[in-house]
Amino acid sequence: MSGRLPSAAPDPGTQNASSPAPVRTPARRGPTWRFKAEILTAIGLVAAPFVLPLLGAAPDTVNRILVWGLFGIGFDILFGYTGLLSFGQSALYGTGGMVAAYLLTRAGFPHVVTALLIGMIVATAVGYLVGLIALRRTGIYFAMITVAIAEVFYFAEFNPLSAWTGGENGLPGVPTPSFNLGFTTFKFHTGWSLYPFMAFWYFIGIVIALRIVRSPVGAVLRAIRENPLRAAAVGHSIHGYKLAAFVIAAAYAGFAGGLLGVMQGFMPPDAFMFDTSGQLVIQTAIGGIGTLFGPLLGAAVWLFLQDFLQATLKLGATWKLVLGLIFVLLVCFLRNGIIGGVRDLVAYLRHRATGEVEAEAAPAFSDEAFDEDKPAAAKHTVATHAARSRAREFKGPILKATALTKRYGGIVANEDIDFSVDAGELRGIIGPNGAGKSTFFKMLTCEVAPTSGRIEFEGRDITGMDVTEVCQLGLTKSYQVNQLFNKLTVRENITIAALADLRGPFKLDMLRTVSRIPGLEEQVQHTLELVNLVGRRDAPVSQLAYGEKRRLEVGLALASSPTLLLLDEPLAGMSPQERVETVKLLKSIRQGRTMIVIDHDMDALFELAERITVLQEGRVLVEGTPDEIKGNAKVQEAYLGGVHEAIAP
Amino acid sequence: MISWANFVSQLFNGLALGALLALISSGLTIIYGALGVLNLAHGAMFMLGGYAGYVAYSYTGSFVVAVITGALFLFIVGVVLERVVIRHFYKRPPEDQLLVTFGLAICFVETVRFFFESLSKTVPPPKIFAGITNLGFMFYPTYRLAVVGIVAVALLALFLMLYKTRLGLIVRAGIEDSVMVDSLGLNVDRVFMVVFGIGAMAAGFAGIVNAPVVSLAPDMGEAILVQTFVVVVIGGVGSFPGAILGGLIAGEIISLTSMVNPGYSYVMLFAAMTLVLVLRPHGLLGVRGRE
Repeated sequence: MSGRLPSAAPDPGTQNASSPAPVRTPARRGPTWRFKAEILTAIGLVAAPFVLPLLGAAPDTVNRILVWGLFGIGFDILFGYTGLLSFGQSALYGTGGMVAAYLLTRAGFPHVVTALLIGMIVATAVGYLVGLIALRRTGIYFAMITVAIAEVFYFAEFNPLSAWTGGENGLPGVPTPSFNLGFTTFKFHTGWSLYPFMAFWYFIGIVIALRIVRSPVGAVLRAIRENPLRAAAVGHSIHGYKLAAFVIAAAYAGFAGGLLGVMQGFMPPDAFMFDTSGQLVIQTAIGGIGTLFGPLLGAAVWLFLQDFLQATLKLGATWKLVLGLIFVLLVCFLRNGIIGGVRDLVAYLRHRATGEVEAEAAPAFSDEAFDEDKPAAAKHTVATHAARSRAREFKGPILKATALTKRYGGIVANEDIDFSVDAGELRGIIGPNGAGKSTFFKMLTCEVAPTSGRIEFEGRDITGMDVTEVCQLGLTKSYQVNQLFNKLTVRENITIAALADLRGPFKLDMLRTVSRIPGLEEQVQHTLELVNLVGRRDAPVSQLAYGEKRRLEVGLALASSPTLLLLDEPLAGMSPQERVETVKLLKSIRQGRTMIVIDHDMDALFELAERITVLQEGRVLVEGTPDEIKGNAKVQEAYLGGVHEAIAP
Repeated sequence: MISWANFVSQLFNGLALGALLALISSGLTIIYGALGVLNLAHGAMFMLGGYAGYVAYSYTGSFVVAVITGALFLFIVGVVLERVVIRHFYKRPPEDQLLVTFGLAICFVETVRFFFESLSKTVPPPKIFAGITNLGFMFYPTYRLAVVGIVAVALLALFLMLYKTRLGLIVRAGIEDSVMVDSLGLNVDRVFMVVFGIGAMAAGFAGIVNAPVVSLAPDMGEAILVQTFVVVVIGGVGSFPGAILGGLIAGEIISLTSMVNPGYSYVMLFAAMTLVLVLRPHGLLGVRGRE
């Protein structure tokens, strides 16, 4: 997974001069290849001052692009990777910039870099507080709240705080950096002489961002973007990660704001304006979201078009209308921006060129592989996780529900259910449609809180816990309707679930590569083998057949190493052939864990389960061995009752 | 110093602003509730209504014609927009809807700037509401009192539409459970179109009614949009009564704080919003579920 980040495209500067790639033949496939994006960025940044003037770019424009690009890296982590669209980044950009500018002008602070860092730290702290409020809600609420908060900052800058910020005049006289090395002094002024300073910080910013994106945290952020519900259900504390993304974005915004003041020699108050946030959003969307380099490219396009439309075409103020129209068209037709569009095109061309070969290679996996994997599976089961041994130790009822009741308004979904499963057991649950089976499962995994009653797992009261905590304890579920991370590959899907198991609900190991996590590779591989998706590991979910998606759904639950696994209709919608395979799969994974399976396929359940619980109209009708259930008059009545009467003369 | 008369007059100002915010927010919240689209162009539509009315007024000199034109023009804009653009975004992620409506807002603002430049335009109040009314204990601009009345009538019309017509029934059902409504075999397609038109019309109507109070400027919608968001967060998304309650609260907060120090009005508004978010995350009258 390490080298498989969403292929970071080179920045626009790079594209002009990147073709002579570093030819260090021996190490090329090794570590050098892994840092492709970093190296191309470095080359691009070094080449830019030699190449861009030939294209007529002014140095101030280039520096400005870098500031927007750096600002946008953080925003892209927030929006492109985590899926949180904030229209309030100006607040943090302005805060960082004002603090740094204030220190350097009115406070007479001499050291530029230190001031920038302090500005960044203040913006980060402010970002944390803003995040706490804004992240109380998701989706459009989040967007609305960020807009409102940013507007407060704008007004605060103009009025209550104008004694510090200069109000509508801003803070003039921000010095450019100089470094006294003893024997000589490096001074950066304006234009190209300031460029190395800006380029350096952009480079640092992109290197850190690439590490974050390739870290386990980056993987979880993408999971949150794709499916927050499932990310929480496999055991990630998503609120913490969202806040982390928000704070990262704040840090980037704060530092970029400081650089803006340094670049202009003046900290403008309009950094706080809604337009700033809007421009950032547009630039990122134009360049391509979820790419890290999109904002830089978008800023280049924006500033170039602004120059071109204003100066060359003499459009005056109308340039913004043209840009607005371009933006609307882009959102309508080219969702992933320029970088995304180019990537899709390349993929399309490549697919056309190699399509036939791939088509032949695809069905290379078969039942055979499934059986062969079995011994390996057994071996891994012992090794992978401590949770398994816990399960072995636990004797008696691993799960106990007492008087569990769920009402939705006047409708009773479950009433007074007493239910108990012994460790190591495989329990089946059947019942006609609407019997309350899924609601029952949702209560057991703490997705919905029961109206009354009590749930114990491994002797511990879990009533009122949330789904993440329960998953971390070793109780999880595969869903009736697939809940996958759709744009990620099979392997990435499984990795995300395994990460929650290996790293716990929340951990900020942002600078560690995913592949460095001990035991992860084995656990992912093992899960892939169990669910027979080894041959499809690099396929994105959207390319999977229904049966494969269904197996991946079970795989996601399995990868978090549950001691108690709940399966909600694992066989639903499968062909007879797929059913046979899945039953085989269920048999092979029950070793070392307890399972509860809901399904309508009675033959399969009677074959699998030791005991069956029958639910009807929200209550437990009977419970017994498959044979007892088959012969039970009440069960026959429940399923066939209506028909009997109808047939009877 | 804050005098009694000053306080009451600010209270009235707050009422007028609150009524306007309530009307604009109802439009926003109905669109969101029924269609699931947060319309970031709503502030620009408010502005557009003002300018459409201004054009009509400068040709006819009639305020009534101006109001009708402002409202109708925005209804048409809303319907056309829904058919041409918004319709294609129902199945796309909410972020895309935000992006596209944000882009449309820019297009509206810049188009108006292109035709009318940034200079502000004014529409005088109609003759019967011109001047100042003596309320006994103080004098107050007549038109501002009239605004409260006009907006109250508009809100009543909106209420009747929502609670007494078949269309309103479908809209309210959609707010409660959109999946269910989709599966009932109703012609949701056309309902969506009309709802978007009515939501836009509410903003446009407010825009022209407000025109005699403030002067028109192309970027006037931005501040209104932000205030509308706060109203909706306070009142609860998808709730018509919530929009009215939130609007009045926000209007009074802005007005009364301005009396002490205008610079703090947004800070207070934000504080109120935060308080609501902490104590009642779904808004004062919001329902859990639809988000």
